Amino acid sequence: MLFAMFDEVKRMNKRQFLYQVLSFGMIVSSALMIWKGLMVVTGSESPIVVVLSGSMEPAFHRGDLLFLTNFPEEPVKVGEIVVFKVEGRDIPIVHRVLKLHEKKNGTVKFLTKGDNNSVDDRGLYAPGQLWLTKQDVVGRARGFLPYVGMVTILMNEYPKFKYAVLGCLGFYVLVHRECA
Amino acid sequence: MHSVLTRGNTVLAYALSVLACLTFACFLSTVFLDYVTNANINTVKVVVKNVPDYSASREKNDLGYLTFNLQADLTHLFNWNVKQLFLYLTAEYKTTNNELNQVVLWDKIILRGENAVLDYKNMNTKYYFWDDGNGLRANENVTLSLSWNIIPNAGLLPNIVATGSHSFKFPSEYTTYRV
Repeated sequence: MLFAMFDEVKRMNKRQFLYQVLSFGMIVSSALMIWKGLMVVTGSESPIVVVLSGSMEPAFHRGDLLFLTNFPEEPVKVGEIVVFKVEGRDIPIVHRVLKLHEKKNGTVKFLTKGDNNSVDDRGLYAPGQLWLTKQDVVGRARGFLPYVGMVTILMNEYPKFKYAVLGCLGFYVLVHRECA
Repeated sequence: MHSVLTRGNTVLAYALSVLACLTFACFLSTVFLDYVTNANINTVKVVVKNVPDYSASREKNDLGYLTFNLQADLTHLFNWNVKQLFLYLTAEYKTTNNELNQVVLWDKIILRGENAVLDYKNMNTKYYFWDDGNGLRANENVTLSLSWNIIPNAGLLPNIVATGSHSFKFPSEYTTYRV
């Protein structure tokens, strides 16, 4: 079957092949445009995140999808679920705000905790860091979709699987011709 | 050409799109619902101490200590798109240091199917009521309110404040004995 597909590539003329490459480029660039467009609309540097740990169970499990916004005019409030970055950690953390203090000049500091953790997050922050500020926040969780992020977790844990899927999809798009 | 691969592909794509449509319908059916209800909150015992906060700056900060009563019936908040309620009791107040302070004193997770009628008498707080400085003693206006964060099966994650809050004041002297 694979040989038949290669044969098909051989049988294509130059124009057809170019057309296939262009349509492949369209798919990639529209995905990029959607992502960047979402970044502009939501104000968050990563508008969709996948939950990677069980620290917010039973609300969020591994592989659930969260939609984030980060509008600067909306104040952070206690009880909200924020996604934040900590210096020295690559992966952002999804936890709930439990304490918040706002000074007269508008500076806000807050403390978070995972619903499923028994202690607050001071142990997770950078050494010596007692509070989070607005600069640490990637976004606030606004929407929830279960299970969908499982695909990306699978892909990250089994890189071979990722390359196989990407390779197959790319090959399929290049080779596939609408049958008249 | 109807190979196993194309048939499988079609079935999978169709199943996924049906699932997506149903999920979206589930989200739409509950997105405009009003989740506000009433809660009765009261404080029983309120004292304030001034002790070093070893979890943070190690400086002497005000530590409030209170017990509360809480009555609320949240049963009707549950529907097919509410997986869990995250309840939290917030103390909100103003100090000379800070324009706004919000401290969660107590929280509770209620899953669908569990008992959602709250009736607590003389409850202890779950978390320490540390102030960011020394602003609790003789504080005239601390407001307790109950809120909940709705965790759906799929959809928005609204935070809702219950109607019915309770304001109290802290005593003007620190307590020295153990509480």
